Amino acid sequence: MAAPSGAAVDISQAMVVAEAPLADWLVIAPVAYCLMAGAGLMMLRKYVKLQPRLAVFGLLALVAMTAGLLVHVLSGGTVTVTMGRWLPPFGISFSVDILGAILAFTASLVALACGLYAAQDVDKTGRRYGFYPLLFLMMAGVIGAFVTGDIFNLYVWFEVLLIASFGLQILGSERQQLDGATKYALLNLVATTIFLIATGFLYGIFGTLNMADIALQAREMGATAPLYTLAALYLLAFGMKAAAFPVAFWLPASYHTPKVVVSALFAGLLTKVGIYALLRTMIMLFPEQRDELATLIAIVAVVTMILGTLGALAQTDYRRLLGYLVVSGIGVMLAGIALATPLGLSGSIFYALHSIIVMTALYMAAGMAARIGRSFSIAQLGGIYRSHVLFAAISLVLFLSVSGLPPFSGFWPKAVLVKASLDAGIWWLAASILVTGFLTTIAVGRVWAHAYWKPADTTPPESPMMIPTATLRPSATYLPLIGLVALTAVFGLYPEPLLVLTERSAEQLLDPGSYIQSVFPEAAQ
Amino acid sequence: MEPILAVFVGALFTVAIYLMMSRHTIRILMGVMIFGNAVNLLIFTAGRLTRDVPPIIPAALDVPEIATANPLPQALILTAIVISFSFFAFLLVLGFRAYQELDTDDSREMRLAEPKDDPLPPLGY
Repeated sequence: MAAPSGAAVDISQAMVVAEAPLADWLVIAPVAYCLMAGAGLMMLRKYVKLQPRLAVFGLLALVAMTAGLLVHVLSGGTVTVTMGRWLPPFGISFSVDILGAILAFTASLVALACGLYAAQDVDKTGRRYGFYPLLFLMMAGVIGAFVTGDIFNLYVWFEVLLIASFGLQILGSERQQLDGATKYALLNLVATTIFLIATGFLYGIFGTLNMADIALQAREMGATAPLYTLAALYLLAFGMKAAAFPVAFWLPASYHTPKVVVSALFAGLLTKVGIYALLRTMIMLFPEQRDELATLIAIVAVVTMILGTLGALAQTDYRRLLGYLVVSGIGVMLAGIALATPLGLSGSIFYALHSIIVMTALYMAAGMAARIGRSFSIAQLGGIYRSHVLFAAISLVLFLSVSGLPPFSGFWPKAVLVKASLDAGIWWLAASILVTGFLTTIAVGRVWAHAYWKPADTTPPESPMMIPTATLRPSATYLPLIGLVALTAVFGLYPEPLLVLTERSAEQLLDPGSYIQSVFPEAAQ
Repeated sequence: MEPILAVFVGALFTVAIYLMMSRHTIRILMGVMIFGNAVNLLIFTAGRLTRDVPPIIPAALDVPEIATANPLPQALILTAIVISFSFFAFLLVLGFRAYQELDTDDSREMRLAEPKDDPLPPLGY
């Protein structure tokens, strides 16, 4: 069915004719690379000794790529490439602004830390069943979601990361994992299906799936189309993915069941993809409709953050406590989306970056505490301060950071969000952020007092199940943890550059002019 | 045709949500499957039902001459079908394994990860 050669067809009407500059390939490189690396490692899955080494070098390359992408976006503005060179909105566009680039970079840093940690945490069976290939495939989904400029494509990346996360969740096939995975899998699948429902309606209304195109048309359409329904559906779908109250309970039911390193990855990355999608849809695509939903989002934010910390206060298991803290952090991020002022969004984005790093590090710390004390229960742990003083110091830094106490990275976004809520005159939002910080301090303070400070209980704990028996090799397990702790300390002491970046990304979200211009160069006003 | 399909999609959603509210994993799974199919039909309807010629551009032209059918909803549905089918296959195996290992398909009795008699956290130092 090939067209006869020589037919004078002017393809510039339908296709991008200019060659993409070499640097623009960085947009697609991390995603394509992750898929290829995942496939390659899948073929090498029997070489269990070789896997971690290859994977760590592979993840270093991923960090380099996303760092390059971040530099490229910072220097050249929003970058768009369109698949198949079809002119947008017909081709699938990948558009990266600062928000997407910085999240992709942080995500790949965390993946590197988890890859290093997994060399100790995941045994040979886990490697043979594909931990590292699944890690790369999940990263393809996560980074794909951060860089895509097409809303149906966003759905596809959600499903890519979801199916890879199912594989990681049940690695080991223990009874607890099957229980947790059943709830995790069913509820997440329902959430992405609601996302697909919303996208089906969106296509029916707009006739386009390109986010820049939707952003343009939504501003013209105003009240002539049922956009409030759409915005509410997206809020439900992504709220469920991000684990916001009242659709948060899949998270505490499942995040403590997989291997520690898998929990660390999930806690760092997956809920933040939901927050990212909320930022994209609520702030960039449907700002007018978000204004109408603002009070609802604020109430959801307050309930999520308070109930999250109350849940954490009620837990004995170190990992289950952390699961509730993840939920509480989501509430804090939602507060910025409820405000939608430049300052508030900047605080939300900063908090998301902080939470990616600190929640991952906290799960790693829980895993190490369990190896030292042979239990995840804070009632049975004890005396870690006396026996492992460096590890105790690292954990204390993380506890202070997650509570939002200076001088660590959790302090600044909370301070910014409190100021933004007071500026907007919503005192109860500011108050609940502060109360959340207080309750979180109590929850992690209790972990510190019982698991670290109190002398060890002499009675041996019963059934130390799911705890790897490998001896602790300090260098390999400490390295990723120290790296992440260093990041939270550095951005706590010197937050200025990151604050500038988050402010710029918040401005880009609120005024998508540059995003639209990067997709449709000639349509710009 | 659209109103009929819209009502049908609504009926499918009703059935799916009713099944998903059940306590038993197998009914929830059937609900999920119907949910997925309802969404596919929804995209199909939302993409407008037109009885036009296939979207094939004559060899000498670069844009179609006459109105053609919109191929995009079908591409979307195809993607969604593949995804929901593979997820359903995974969930079916997961549900079966959970039934084998946990000895129940009642989600209320699946309390291994969150035990009912969980001890209180230490209240004093």
